[in-house]
Amino acid sequence: MLHKKNLKGKFKMYKNFFRYLISAIFLLGFSVNSNADFKVGFVYVGPTGDHGWTFQHHEGRNAVEAAGIKTTFVESVPEGADAERVIRQLAQSGHDLIFTTSFGYMDPTNKVAKDFPNVKFEHATGYKREHSNVSTYSARFYEGRTLLGHIAGKMTKTNTIGYIASFPIPEVIRGINAMTLAAQKVNPNIKTKIVWVFTWYDPGKEAEAAQALIDQGADVIMQHTDSTAPVQTAEKAGVWSFGQASDMQRFAPKSILTSIIDDWAPYYVERAIAARDGTWKQQDTWHGLKEGMVAMGPYNSAMGADLVKEVEQLQKDLASGKVHSFTGPIYDQKGNILVAEGKVADDGMLAGMSVYVKGVEGDIPK
Amino acid sequence: MSLDISFIGILIGSIMASSVPLILAASGELITERSGVLNLGVEGMMIIGAISGFALMVITDNLFIAIVGSMLSGVIISLIFGFLTQSLLTNHVATGLALTIFGIGLSAMLGKNFVGIPGKEFPILFSSLRESIPFFGPILFGHSIVLYFAFALPFLTNYFLKKTKLGLVVRAVGDSPVSASNQGINVILVRYCCILYGGAMCGLAGAYLSLIYTPQWIENMTAGRGWIALALVVFATWSPIKVLIGALIFGGITILQLHMQAIGFRIPVQFLSALPYLMTIIVLVVISRDSRKIKLNTPTSLGRIFYKEK
Repeated sequence: MLHKKNLKGKFKMYKNFFRYLISAIFLLGFSVNSNADFKVGFVYVGPTGDHGWTFQHHEGRNAVEAAGIKTTFVESVPEGADAERVIRQLAQSGHDLIFTTSFGYMDPTNKVAKDFPNVKFEHATGYKREHSNVSTYSARFYEGRTLLGHIAGKMTKTNTIGYIASFPIPEVIRGINAMTLAAQKVNPNIKTKIVWVFTWYDPGKEAEAAQALIDQGADVIMQHTDSTAPVQTAEKAGVWSFGQASDMQRFAPKSILTSIIDDWAPYYVERAIAARDGTWKQQDTWHGLKEGMVAMGPYNSAMGADLVKEVEQLQKDLASGKVHSFTGPIYDQKGNILVAEGKVADDGMLAGMSVYVKGVEGDIPK
Repeated sequence: MSLDISFIGILIGSIMASSVPLILAASGELITERSGVLNLGVEGMMIIGAISGFALMVITDNLFIAIVGSMLSGVIISLIFGFLTQSLLTNHVATGLALTIFGIGLSAMLGKNFVGIPGKEFPILFSSLRESIPFFGPILFGHSIVLYFAFALPFLTNYFLKKTKLGLVVRAVGDSPVSASNQGINVILVRYCCILYGGAMCGLAGAYLSLIYTPQWIENMTAGRGWIALALVVFATWSPIKVLIGALIFGGITILQLHMQAIGFRIPVQFLSALPYLMTIIVLVVISRDSRKIKLNTPTSLGRIFYKEK
């Protein structure tokens, strides 16, 4: 879910620009009565109503607000020059802490941070911390994928798992690999079929991709795209599916086995309070199941009590660090060793992952 | 992977379902353009239709009201375009683009409270026949009423343009508004009607997405289909039947390439993704080589502002 924005169409930019313009006008209006008390600003890449990525960040903002801290947000801000202006505007209008919630805000965030040393900045999914007032944070979504893989491996009858992928970036490939490794562990005959749709967000196309995978024999469907269309297609076709980014259970109550949920709220509240109380320090955060930044939706009872128990145990073990999603031996598609027996992949390798593990069908689009 | 005959039937059925929004929007836009008006607001009208249809379905729980309402919303928003271009004589291209941007923004605002609500199952016709007849069952039966309407529409449009007096009037207005006006035809009124009709069809196309194809509301859910419909009209050289062929090719290859990926063809995925666009253009260009026919079909005064001197 990293650099969504770069990859979206030009015409989307028009839309975003239009909405940004309105937001900017509002911001100008707000900028008068600031400075007096502590305020937190949020910059979103999508609309708060996307029911996925931005929706979950917005939930995090609501939690900060509920903790009694004033917040402002600007949605659908394109990455690039517009982002810098919005971030600068927030900094100028008396915000003390600013969360920039998309990969492409990395450079603008650092640029603005240089000019506002007294304002704290938190950038999601990036790696640049050029100034002492910039922190970065992300979530280990792949741990959730490991759980999905375990469930999928047990639930499939056709030994075929269908995976709707968005763009060939490490974030997405890491998810495919984590899922496949976990599925292989419980079911060595598993095959992962992947369809690339080259969009984060096109319900029609996502539904078609899900249908194609189902027609090709997949009886478990999962996606790394944002809409609920794949789970609805799975529900109609009577196959299993998983929710992505937020709990999608009500869209496919029979089909959804569980959902991976991004939960930014505790982190946002903690950091906002730290900034208010003057204890905020620069850091790089990559939290997972342990800290609750990655959470799982309710498990479907159709999995059976035994499997639910098994998965809950695995979830605990992943959280405690007893089990790692990428434990050796791991081989790539050609059979070369990636991670030696008894070792686990380090964060550097995870962050740059760009090859499939053995058992995944097809090539990564270059 | 089974390539048996009944599987191909299912495949053709889903290709038909995926091309419906393109057929509806392109057929509507075709009439608008044949009257000499270039409305680039197709995407905006579709998205307004999508949210209106979905919102009305949630509020009234009546699919008939939702469908009719979505068409009405398309009419209302195209009326803005009509008023600006026909009564205030603004530039068609700029106004159409503005309509799309406006439509996307407005739909997002209207849709705030409808995100995350699951849609309702839309009734399908002859579902028992679909199961009982191999191959032809999934092609001919088990679709929504909107699909049958969409597949009849290009033929009706063709008949309307070629065989009816009103169709002749529309073509005359699109080819030579001045002569038409001298013949006593109210050019502005005809163009208004064609714009509103186009709006209604685009609204219906959007509602097909939010009510039938993927029953839910998400911002920007038309995802560029309006632009593809616009391109189809041009590449089909303003012929309704060719619009149908183009829409089917586009929908067909979109779905086939997903199947090819799932089967595991070793063809670069980017090429497969570009294939629907490529093939649609190639086929339409090849079947529309007859330059005499193109001249005949092209509305000569497309996009030009017409005003009656007083």
